[in-house]
Amino acid sequence: MTGDVVPKSTPLNALHRASGARMVDFGGWDMPVHYGSQIEEHHAVRRDAGVFDVSHMQVVDLEGAGVREFLRRALANDVEKLRAPGKALYSCMLNEAGGVVDDLIAYHFREDWFRLVVNAGTAETDIAWLESLRESMGATFTLTPRRDQAILAVQGPRARERFTDAFPHTAGATRELAPFNAALVGEMMVARTGYTGEDGFEVVLPATRAVESWQALVNAGVRPAGLGARDTLRLEAGMNLYGQDMDDATSPLDAGLAWTVDLKSQRDFIGRSALESRGQRHRFLGLVLEGTGGVLRAHQSVRAAGGEGEITSGSFSPTLAKSIALARLPLDAAPGDRVEVMVRDKPLAARVVKPPFVRHGKILTT
Amino acid sequence: MKLPKDLRYTASHEWARREADGTVSVGITDHAQEQLGDIVFVEAPQPGRKVAAGESVGVVESVKAASDIYAPFAGEIVAANGELGAAPEKVNEDAFAAWMYRIRPDTAADLDKLLDAAAYEKSAT
Repeated sequence: MTGDVVPKSTPLNALHRASGARMVDFGGWDMPVHYGSQIEEHHAVRRDAGVFDVSHMQVVDLEGAGVREFLRRALANDVEKLRAPGKALYSCMLNEAGGVVDDLIAYHFREDWFRLVVNAGTAETDIAWLESLRESMGATFTLTPRRDQAILAVQGPRARERFTDAFPHTAGATRELAPFNAALVGEMMVARTGYTGEDGFEVVLPATRAVESWQALVNAGVRPAGLGARDTLRLEAGMNLYGQDMDDATSPLDAGLAWTVDLKSQRDFIGRSALESRGQRHRFLGLVLEGTGGVLRAHQSVRAAGGEGEITSGSFSPTLAKSIALARLPLDAAPGDRVEVMVRDKPLAARVVKPPFVRHGKILTT
Repeated sequence: MKLPKDLRYTASHEWARREADGTVSVGITDHAQEQLGDIVFVEAPQPGRKVAAGESVGVVESVKAASDIYAPFAGEIVAANGELGAAPEKVNEDAFAAWMYRIRPDTAADLDKLLDAAAYEKSAT
């Protein structure tokens, strides 16, 4: 037995608490779940702009010779797509059995500098995994977990405009930034990425600048939003959450992530042979609850025509004002199907849809 | 903590209020709604149902989690607040106005055995 583990805190912890945030333990981190109303924060991001403290996520810099070849072996997506400086790529990192060690974003800045941003809960495992792989490949580049950096996600239809109001000196470098590209501006990395289905930036900056940067954004009209809204936003956007929609025992092919697995070249990435021999066994689709008998939640079982399935993420969608879910379903399941979900011993009717549910403020499923 | 002195409370975060007709209105406390966050679904028990003390009789779901509502004592459910089905956010707005169901206690004195505001406050913090 170990004693109580003190949760880790981000540089914005005191500010969150002073702002009246409800704090929760999130993967060993003391994080804000909301600042009053999760649903209002959700709507603020869909309609205007919100800012999330995601400094619990881990920046890892890979610098030196051979990084590209290393990542072509370590990642299921192909960093060969990253040629222009600042280009970003979403990828899974697999184990030999084809399970997902983590999902991450890889950024390319120079041939001898790539940056990964990985999940908080898996950061230590990831770093150990990457280090042991580096050793086995005899590579010499350095691998640096950047614990001196904070990360803010500024998201919403007016996020970029308000970000530029708060940080006018970034305007030149970020105005023309295309989606899934990042710019280095002074001490900041500004990336046009996100986890909400809205436009916006994810910004890596020195931890020492986190508080003043947060305040500048709030002064520019950006609403603080907690991890609660972040979860309902990403669910509506049909984006997977590691540890819930997939984990180290789940194939990306069964978690709706086939589009991120690049099998085009003969590249021998870790997990490839397992994926190819195992094939796809499930379809990963969305569910919309019909009627109002409860709320869809992770682990509820789904009865489909072709057999049993399981919800991996579910909640109430503030935008649809209905309960929605992501689910692992039998291979023959398809959008338009009707299924039954067991919600507290009651079978409730749900409709199968193709995620995303919402993108850029618009409802895509009816 | 918002906690009317004239109500009784349970350790499972219900409040209970005696009505003029001898029935008891039950809801969840302000502390409970705050813990749950935005409430999006309330399922109250069917009138006519006989329930035991501590029996799960309904459910409150927020964006975050589902939480059972319990009967504070044995009795018969006599009414359910249908308004909350269409407007569950009323529980967040005023938890002590948003009664979920009314119960006729088998033993009227059971209400007085529940926690008073001071004892609830102690148990909830």
